[in-house]
Amino acid sequence: MQKFALSLATATMLIGAAATSMAADGRDYISVVGSSTVYPFSTAVAEQFGKATKFKTPKIESTGTGGGIKLFCSGSGVDTPDIANASRQIKKAEIETCAKNGVTEIVEVKVGYDGIVLANSKKSEQFKLSRKDLFMALAKEVPSPEGGDKLVANPYKTWKEVNDKLPAAKIEVLGPPPTSGTRDAFVEMVMDHGCTAFESIKALKSKDEKQFKAVCQTVREDGAFIEAGENDNLIVQKLEANPNSLGIFGFSFLDQNADKIQASSIDGQAPTFETIADGKYPVSRPLFIYVKKAHVGVIPGIAEYLAEFTSERAWSEEGYLAEKGLIPSPKNERKTIAADAKALNVIVNNKF
Amino acid sequence: MSENHQISTMDRVSVGLAARYRKERRFRLFGISAIVASLLFLALLLASITAKGYTAFRQTEVLLDVYLDPAVLDVHNLATANYAALVRDAALALFSQVESRQDKRIIGKLISTGAAYRLQDLVTSKPELIGSTRPIWVPADDEVDMFVKGHIPRDVPEAERRVSDKQASWIDQLVAADRLKLKFNTAFFQAGDSREPELAGIRGAAAGSMFTLAITLLLSFPVGVAAAVYLEEFAPKNRWTDLIEVNINNLAAIPSIVFGLLGLAVFLNFMNLPRSASLVGGLVLTLMTLPTIIIASRASLKSVPPSIREAALGVGASKMQTISHHILPLAMPGMMTGAIIGMARALGETAPLLMIGMVAFIVDVPNSFSDPATVLPVQIFLWADSPERAFVERTSAAIMILLLLLLAMNAAAVFLRNKFERRW
Repeated sequence: MQKFALSLATATMLIGAAATSMAADGRDYISVVGSSTVYPFSTAVAEQFGKATKFKTPKIESTGTGGGIKLFCSGSGVDTPDIANASRQIKKAEIETCAKNGVTEIVEVKVGYDGIVLANSKKSEQFKLSRKDLFMALAKEVPSPEGGDKLVANPYKTWKEVNDKLPAAKIEVLGPPPTSGTRDAFVEMVMDHGCTAFESIKALKSKDEKQFKAVCQTVREDGAFIEAGENDNLIVQKLEANPNSLGIFGFSFLDQNADKIQASSIDGQAPTFETIADGKYPVSRPLFIYVKKAHVGVIPGIAEYLAEFTSERAWSEEGYLAEKGLIPSPKNERKTIAADAKALNVIVNNKF
Repeated sequence: MSENHQISTMDRVSVGLAARYRKERRFRLFGISAIVASLLFLALLLASITAKGYTAFRQTEVLLDVYLDPAVLDVHNLATANYAALVRDAALALFSQVESRQDKRIIGKLISTGAAYRLQDLVTSKPELIGSTRPIWVPADDEVDMFVKGHIPRDVPEAERRVSDKQASWIDQLVAADRLKLKFNTAFFQAGDSREPELAGIRGAAAGSMFTLAITLLLSFPVGVAAAVYLEEFAPKNRWTDLIEVNINNLAAIPSIVFGLLGLAVFLNFMNLPRSASLVGGLVLTLMTLPTIIIASRASLKSVPPSIREAALGVGASKMQTISHHILPLAMPGMMTGAIIGMARALGETAPLLMIGMVAFIVDVPNSFSDPATVLPVQIFLWADSPERAFVERTSAAIMILLLLLLAMNAAAVFLRNKFERRW
């Protein structure tokens, strides 16, 4: 018994000693953090990169855009990430935080686009929506239906009440929670735009920006909009089970489930590979990766990883990322971006 | 008077008797229905997971006759040779009637990109085969796999399927020629994570879980037992020990994400340990399991009858001898049960690992405590979030493996208890 206790104690001490001696002292793999939307693409590149080159496969964490950039900006050194994935552009405040922590040279690479779609089950009617319809159906407060500028709590119960041309189905939309980048993008691109269809709210924009945002971006909380969690697969499954509801999620999930769900057109444009790529479909956003220039050459393989990401066999229309659902940038744009990435041109802060 | 009284008592009893029996029957019925309901839910859960997941244990493979072309393969360039081209040529040879470039590309896509690596392994291990033509089974693409398994239906319009009519006819051709079969999915058990469902496996996550749990067990068991022995056998009963006890009980109920935040602050930011390492995961889970083990160990120390202590002390044993010769061995089965249940909880934990970077895409199977690693439940979470349909069945299959491990651990706990437990 005593021997047993003794050996356990030794083991404990050994682990303690190992733990203190192992403090991060060099890393031979690339560390990537950030958006869960970019995750499926950067993992595909990482895997390809790991198999095709002599470098180790990069480690990719799915932390969300905000959390990823926060980690990325926490300092310069091997214990901080080399690359941040983002489903939106980096903010000025974030660049400032970065600079304060010694991360002054950041390379921005726009890797492509992602479309956000509204879809419902194949079992029910396909929707033809406008962004105004969506604002009226989903905002917490809308201009009173009786006319006038007064805002009232959203009275609409069915799509037909919103717009005569829509089916008489109950308004029920499954979407991501506010922590999600998809939700941010949806609110900015759909709700903000939809609410400017009302003159009274549009006037507010120049007068009181804060109030304007509050009116446009607040989503109703009376059960018509259901926060279904970050998992897009779950939303697809729920749409199948409940043909009356609409769901909001990324384009790649539509692409994979075209036999079960159909996308609604928005402002007359159906979300397809082509309409998102040429910018006709209104609800699409660029995806970025941010690279710490100071780490290039310190951590092995960063330049090569960037080269793989920006190679035609990865990010073009025929590339393996398109197969995963990434919408490529136009060809000319790709050329410039790839050249910028190769030259490691850093963001100039006064651009913002 | 006394006779009267007796009769009235019996009467009163028999009047109420039926109601009392009814009450008991009702109570039993509630109990049984509660059990039946929970069993039903359990059965539903297991059935739905098994129904979705069992197909993942088999993977569609295609038999190719690959000509190991000496012009492509040279003994000196085995690491960099173009194996994909050999695979593509072999696949095209199966469909001699196909000519257009477009179609040839689609045929190339019926075969998984993993085929090239399988070929590479074969050639590297047996370079003497170069120059011959070898029949070799290679994995099919995940969409072919889903189609063969019926997860991509044939009866919907072509535009809505990811497998076109042309591809379907080629697949049927292969099946007819006995060149396409469902085989046991070895990659699932031998590979790390991958973005290609047909190449993705749980080995990396399982190894990560093992490393993490090893750290957790090595740290939390000795520390937990020592704390319990001190608190139970040596510590004086005063306000301080009461405070400690209350706090330990509180810790056991704290949501696990809080331990993750603590781990981030202490182990990563202060002690500068590597991110995503199973070492840090183990340390965080140790914090989480410690209270459970301390509480279970104290309970099992308490259940050793005082007569044993008194007898040992009575024949002249020191306090230390009493504890190490008599009390600890008797309490050990209970402590181990507590430890195993704590470990089982740690095995299923994801939330605290999110904060320390273990929710990550990691392809290489970890080899040491400091390698970046992920764990089984995290792997399940990541797969559940992937758009490819083939990941649905793999998610369920990984859940089945995790459930089996948990079951094995709980069974071990029961076995230990039954084998070593002494009753007084």
